[in-house]
Amino acid sequence: MARNKIDNQAEGDSNSSRRDFLKKSSLLTAFALAPPTLVMASEKKWDEKIAEYIETVSLSIEVNGTKHNLSVEPRTTLLDLLRENLQLTGTKKGCDHGQCGACTVHVNGTRILSCLSLASMQQNAQVTTIEGLSKGKKLHPMQEAFIKHDGFQCGYCTPGQIMSGIACIKEGHANSREEISEYMSGNICRCGAYHNIVDAITEVKEGGKKL
Amino acid sequence: MKNFQIIKALSSASAVSGIKKESSAMFIAGGTNLVDLMKKNVVAPDKLVDITGIDLKKVEFLKGKVSIGALAKNSQVAEDSSIKENHPLLALALAAGASQQIRHMATVGGNMLQRTRCPYFYNTDMPCNKRVPKSGCGAIGGSNRMHAIFGASDSCIAVHPSDMCVALAALDATVLVEGPKGKREIKFTDFHRLPGNTPEKDNILGEKEMITYVEIPDNKFNKNIHYLKVRDRSSYAFALVSVAVALDIQNNTIKDVKLAMGGVSHKPWRLTEAEEFLKGKAVSETIFKQAAALAMHGARAYGENNFKLTLGPNAIIEALTIAASK
Repeated sequence: MARNKIDNQAEGDSNSSRRDFLKKSSLLTAFALAPPTLVMASEKKWDEKIAEYIETVSLSIEVNGTKHNLSVEPRTTLLDLLRENLQLTGTKKGCDHGQCGACTVHVNGTRILSCLSLASMQQNAQVTTIEGLSKGKKLHPMQEAFIKHDGFQCGYCTPGQIMSGIACIKEGHANSREEISEYMSGNICRCGAYHNIVDAITEVKEGGKKL
Repeated sequence: MKNFQIIKALSSASAVSGIKKESSAMFIAGGTNLVDLMKKNVVAPDKLVDITGIDLKKVEFLKGKVSIGALAKNSQVAEDSSIKENHPLLALALAAGASQQIRHMATVGGNMLQRTRCPYFYNTDMPCNKRVPKSGCGAIGGSNRMHAIFGASDSCIAVHPSDMCVALAALDATVLVEGPKGKREIKFTDFHRLPGNTPEKDNILGEKEMITYVEIPDNKFNKNIHYLKVRDRSSYAFALVSVAVALDIQNNTIKDVKLAMGGVSHKPWRLTEAEEFLKGKAVSETIFKQAAALAMHGARAYGENNFKLTLGPNAIIEALTIAASK
């Protein structure tokens, strides 16, 4: 009977997850190092924190020209990395499910949705966000055009619209109002500033400046 | 989202070996559907194998066919000048799907493996035989405006959401896959399956197999083609009904024709009966109407999607008319 119990226990252990193992082993380490800290460790969930630290991956990433060497959980999205880890809150979290385009950023020159990108898959990537567009106090031509044409009301979708608008021109998909509407369709504006957004993009396109 | 391990594979062989011993491991490429499903806790893998570093990204024109790497991006294929020239139906269908941001991320293989957008599949509080086998179907007798009219079962009336796949089904493509038991080829029209009693399986890909290439045989469908997508807004929405048409017209006679529909079934729905009827006939509105009527044989609606029984044939007639007039 006793033997069976031990066997079952052992079997249970072998099935337990790596995370549980890390939690237990980190707790044991804390206990071995300084027994009095054990109570505090569990109160402050240090075991959780240690387990999380061990379960992160290292990431080298360049954001708006600045290189960062970070440690991130595999599940961290690029959007959360920008907003929570790097405090670059210009990139907005709208739906967080790839339906609104508010989180649009450029990765290696291509517009993508940062909410559906895992940060851990962006090793050595060059990321540009809305914060990386202006040169000192001089706004980017697309930012200027959005102000001139009143391309927003509440402004929440605007960073995504501007990042998408720049890419739309660079990709060669801004040759008519219809084409701009089609290739900007991934950026939803609930205030309905679409007409003015198309005006802004058209003006920047016709201005012919290098973006 | 539950946390997970992530490893990077640099070849298809190492990707397959990286996944084979872990029951809940999955491949990840573009992530446009998988990351979303993980956020909703619809799937919760313990390990992801990042396959984006594998050299499967080229579009290559070989003797008698074009070979498209499974990791080629949707936008890359849609804007490839040779694809636009030789397989414009595929370029049109790709451009009709999702948004440009998502097309920049999503891969050809991932597009084929995307899950249904049935709201009951996404909502873990609701029954769904596809998500949890034997839990019931919320869409039958529920909200089913987007759902199937062909090939559905008492277990599932969900539709496959892809546009790209409708064109590939029409163009007689072949899927190349690799797994622990080696490589094999699957006819594109056999790749996706009907729900039957096992709607949890979207396709016939083995559990540890990965798609490596999609091949399209050379054809004459570079002019009279059309992809008509009917949806709730003019862009960035899934199809209510879509129709892919490829015609080879000589002296006003239809020498060859390929027809497939999207948004109507658990798989891209090929209209073989209508194709056979159209072959050898002179182009006319009458035969297009007759072909559309033939295509609707066996259609069955479920309440909110009754309108598809009218929209379907009308879309077929419209798509054929536009393709023939190009």
